[in-house]
Amino acid sequence: MEKLLTELILGQEGIIVSVRGGRGLQSRLRNLGLVEGQRIRKLSALAWGGPVVVEVKRTQVAIGRGMAARIAVRCG
Amino acid sequence: MTDTEGSGAAIQRPEIRKAAIQKPRKQLESDILLVGQPNVGKSVLFSRLTGVRTIASNYPGTTVSYVLGRMRSGGHNLTVVDAPGTYSLEPLDEAARVTVDLIDDAKRIINVVDSTHLERHLPMTLELIAQEKPMVVALNMSDEARHKGISIDVPRLAADLGVPVVPIAARSGEGVKRLTDICLSLAPNHKLHLDESGHPGHHPHIQHVPTGSRVNSSARHMHLDRDRIWRRVGELVEEVQVLEHHHHSFAERLEEISIHPLWGSLFALVVITLSFSMIRLIGEFLITGAVGIVGQPWLQLPFGTELLFEKLLQPPLILLSRLLGPGSFLHRMLIGTLVEGRIDFMQSFGILTSGIFIPLGVVLPYLLSFYFVLSLLEDSGYLPRLAVFLDNFMHGIGLHGYAIIPTLLGLGCNVPGIMATRILESRRQRFVTATLISVAVPCAALQAMIVGLVGSRGIGPVLIVYGSLFVVWILISLVLRFTAREFQPELLVEIPPYRLPTPRALATKMRLRISGFLREALPIILGAIIIVNLLYQLDLFSRVARVAEPLITRLWGMPPEAVVPLLVGVLRKDVALGMFAPLDLTGKQLIIGSVVLAMFFPCIATFVVLFRELGLKDGLKSMGIMLLAVILSGGALNLIL
Repeated sequence: MEKLLTELILGQEGIIVSVRGGRGLQSRLRNLGLVEGQRIRKLSALAWGGPVVVEVKRTQVAIGRGMAARIAVRCG
Repeated sequence: MTDTEGSGAAIQRPEIRKAAIQKPRKQLESDILLVGQPNVGKSVLFSRLTGVRTIASNYPGTTVSYVLGRMRSGGHNLTVVDAPGTYSLEPLDEAARVTVDLIDDAKRIINVVDSTHLERHLPMTLELIAQEKPMVVALNMSDEARHKGISIDVPRLAADLGVPVVPIAARSGEGVKRLTDICLSLAPNHKLHLDESGHPGHHPHIQHVPTGSRVNSSARHMHLDRDRIWRRVGELVEEVQVLEHHHHSFAERLEEISIHPLWGSLFALVVITLSFSMIRLIGEFLITGAVGIVGQPWLQLPFGTELLFEKLLQPPLILLSRLLGPGSFLHRMLIGTLVEGRIDFMQSFGILTSGIFIPLGVVLPYLLSFYFVLSLLEDSGYLPRLAVFLDNFMHGIGLHGYAIIPTLLGLGCNVPGIMATRILESRRQRFVTATLISVAVPCAALQAMIVGLVGSRGIGPVLIVYGSLFVVWILISLVLRFTAREFQPELLVEIPPYRLPTPRALATKMRLRISGFLREALPIILGAIIIVNLLYQLDLFSRVARVAEPLITRLWGMPPEAVVPLLVGVLRKDVALGMFAPLDLTGKQLIIGSVVLAMFFPCIATFVVLFRELGLKDGLKSMGIMLLAVILSGGALNLIL
């Protein structure tokens, strides 16, 4: 099942299937390991539209809610 | 400063200004260049190699621009350069652009890599190898990797990459000697391989297939298209790294708790409360020897700067005072005025009394305490987490979560705070954050005096002063937010693992920051006191006071003489606040005076840095905002209180 990163529940794992965005955003996300095919786990999502925190390649990365909504994840 | 957008762009802290140079247009030749991603410990390794003490913390972006140091080896003087952390050589931000330029002129490169996250760091290693420079890979934090059950087949990795690989632990110094030996055994080279466009390594996507002899098969036959790099790294890591299953360590559990939406918020609250209480408690203890809550200490020890000054300095000064005779010019300069026939270190205002007591007796203990706690927060790795939790709130008032880091630094001294705004991405973010720091964030020296002087009227007035400044901080950001709507860049940041702060790093940082204060602030404080006494002697103040009377008396409800401390505040805020002491102010006047003084024109050091960072136009804009804010908030407090 495909979901947006923002829609995952806490602790849920998934594999990134697509990142919607310009080349700049794609590069910045890739630098932190957020590329298609990468397994990630959602650790936290702060209230009222705050950042989403994921674990990717054993590192925690905080992502603004808007960016997180551009990342589609296959899970389950 | 540059207008360029930069994500993890680094800060050059003022503490290391002397060892560092702003990025010049001309090239900088280095014998050894340290390159790596943010927060891999380049600054720690740099200190190990050169002995140059630099600020190293546990969050991405501690160094922007670069730091230059020298190292002696085999009778040669070698130039070592610490490049700002960058995720790739793709010039997406200022840090990457600076690094690419530095690589052009490097004779040898040490690529610092985090052993615990090999797969995240090797892509840049491959990019660097394609630059065809003599290079060695330093697998830093190899001790931490062992701890986490990660083992790396070093010989195999070296064979695959075609460059030497040395495991090190820069924090303890393990392997650093071997790293230097191997690095220096590489033949220096500064001719760079040119690609078709004739620009060495500047092309965002290097299409060229490198053919250098040092580069072995795996890197040589690979087009440096970035998706291929990532795939290649996946294979490499698969080959050389073995992960042992291990139980979650305490630190890892804490990492998850402190980022959890609910537990993390509580954790943040506890950390903030604890930090501020610790600063107060330690500071108070160092000054008065009291342990516990203000006014009602649990324990009173015969300790502290107050006691020291009273026992050591008071007796000889009383003698000197009698010798000079109160009222003489020299007495006024050295001892100051007597308060009820006695020397009062806070109020007398002579060079040998307040001139020494304010910086060493009040401000220094508070600075020690503040920087101790701040360094703990920096080195533990908590600050980026705090930025994540505050991101929402900060966005609400038009700022970025990461703006909390410069702001916290500003609570120590506005100068490094304003310089740290470089970690923020947009020019506007930097403008707003720097302006807010210079107007509404009191530095530790000023806070020490607020606590000392306003605190003598009870804890309530102190809270009103802090509260007013906080409200001003929020109101200015809100107003600025609505005057210029812009796209607000979102947070995207790597959160470092928790690390136990090492006493060595802590001591280095404290020493750098404290000696910076002693070297730079002490002469200004003494100078300010001399000037004040001269001006009193010449009776110049009464004239200025008459001119400023409408503003100060009518609007702010302060006595006209209060203009003097406000003017002195341009030199040093701590000294200036001390000048309120002999004025016999009411509680309300003291509160208004403290708030207005904190906001009214930054001290000279902050002023210079603010204009340097923002440029003339934005600097003037910032001053305009400051004047408007200070006039209104002084007036508002006068009405409300």
